[in-house]
Amino acid sequence: MARKQEPISKQEAGREGIGRVFGSRTKALEMEIDQYLSCVDQCVLLLGEALKKYLDGDLERFEEKSREIDEAEKSADELRRGITHRIYAEMLIPDSRGDVLGLIETTDNVPDVAKRVVSHFSIEQPEVYPFLKPDFEELIEICLKAARELTLAIRAFFRELYRVSEHLEKVHFWEHQADQVEDRLKRKAFESTEIKQFSKRVHMRYFAERISLLADEAESVADRLSISVIKRSI
Amino acid sequence: MEIGGLIFLTSGLYMGWSLGANDAANIFGTAVGTRMVRFRTAAIISVIFITAGAVVSGAGTAHGLGALGAVNALPGSFTVSLCAAFTVMWMTRAGLPVSTTQAIVGAIVGWNLFSGYPTDQEALTRILGTWISGPILGACIAFVLFFVVRFALNRLSLHLIKLDRYTRNGLMIAGAFGAYSLGANNMANVVGVFIEASPFTDLSVFGFTFTGTQQLFMIGGLAAGLGVATYSKRVMMTVGSNLFKLSPVTAFVVILSTATVLFLFASEGLAHAMESVGLPSFPLIPVSQSQAAVGSIIGIGVAKGGRNLNLKLLLNIVLGWVATPTVAAAISYVALFIMQNVFMQQVFT
Repeated sequence: MARKQEPISKQEAGREGIGRVFGSRTKALEMEIDQYLSCVDQCVLLLGEALKKYLDGDLERFEEKSREIDEAEKSADELRRGITHRIYAEMLIPDSRGDVLGLIETTDNVPDVAKRVVSHFSIEQPEVYPFLKPDFEELIEICLKAARELTLAIRAFFRELYRVSEHLEKVHFWEHQADQVEDRLKRKAFESTEIKQFSKRVHMRYFAERISLLADEAESVADRLSISVIKRSI
Repeated sequence: MEIGGLIFLTSGLYMGWSLGANDAANIFGTAVGTRMVRFRTAAIISVIFITAGAVVSGAGTAHGLGALGAVNALPGSFTVSLCAAFTVMWMTRAGLPVSTTQAIVGAIVGWNLFSGYPTDQEALTRILGTWISGPILGACIAFVLFFVVRFALNRLSLHLIKLDRYTRNGLMIAGAFGAYSLGANNMANVVGVFIEASPFTDLSVFGFTFTGTQQLFMIGGLAAGLGVATYSKRVMMTVGSNLFKLSPVTAFVVILSTATVLFLFASEGLAHAMESVGLPSFPLIPVSQSQAAVGSIIGIGVAKGGRNLNLKLLLNIVLGWVATPTVAAAISYVALFIMQNVFMQQVFT
């Protein structure tokens, strides 16, 4: 479970004042950014777990994981707001402030998508036909890989700039793979004679697209990140 | 000292003010323009270190400049300095590349031509040589520094936030070095022409004796400080956001390499040390800070693979070598004629 950000007490604020000299302000911000990315990772991993439970028909565990995603997403939101405030209030990284805040804002779409996907599954409870289950599992696995590579790329952006491109390439690779699996899944759904109702075929298409959105969001953040990398490299 | 002497010093003070307003702004331009360093911090560092550089190490380049032509009457010094300042102001307004160093050299040559004193060809060649070697040296130092900094950054894997803090500190330290080197190297442009005709006598304060020359350099430093305080913020914002768009880390490399060039051409201690071990020393000559900076930027451009190299910058440097001293010499010659024949002042002895 992601750690909730506690409001800073007067005592802590006092310690912060002293810490200004020793750079604890920057250390705190570094930690917050790391925590934020951990929350994003957590949302993505929990999404994988939740959907696995759903596909296995374990709805109780699915709902449990959904609630955990909700919590992690909320923590990510709080951390994001804290980071934004700290960067502006303490005049940190003035040169790359816009890039970092923009990056964090767009990265926030990833946990948002995770939350929305489980919410749609929970509300609509689509009937996943057994012949489509392996494709859904493969699609979920690939989307998780794309999102995971994205957070690795963002971590590298903060610490090891020269490593970012290798992760970004993987994000693009997995997004492309996700598109292919999504396409295959949708064709299977519409060509199959097992699904009798047109509405259920549409339902399968809709959920394939929903899950695939995770990889799409990862790719759009990756595109933004690649520009920031060029700006940051000396 | 007579009031007349003080009045004649005003053109030098104006040159000093201009040095503080423009050249000091080049040092902290990116740092302040990108809000990495506060203007007040930059201004305090500039004032302290420009004055320190001028007083401690400014005399070396003043001798180098004096070898070209020793302006020996105060009204002459006033006119030469005023003409250099006017050239800088006029060419800046016209959007032409200009350097204080080249303007003062041109104005001194104008005085030589007017007074009939011969221009020391050896000194002139040495000065012209530094104009060419200054930007080239800047480019070489920046080229090497660029790779050193990039290697260090890749090796250290600093968090962006921590790197930001280190960069701020680095910009302040490099800025202090830059301000010191500027005072040491370029203050001769401000007060050099007044040395021979200095109205100051030795002054004892609390047991310390300040020579007339030291007092001149101190006043030059204070005038530069005034320039920093009153006008440099505007220039810094322009340098930081319009002219050459540099990232703070690249700006650090440019400042450090420019400061090193100015320091090499100003440090008497270094010159003596090199001579003592039998190495050829750098001539102590004022070099153009802006051209050394442009050379450094070109060096970084080459280090990056030369893709973004702006050849117009090179053309600007060459144009500055020719246009600035020519214009300054012509203005100086005419102004000295007017000063002598209209205002009846003795401009040389």
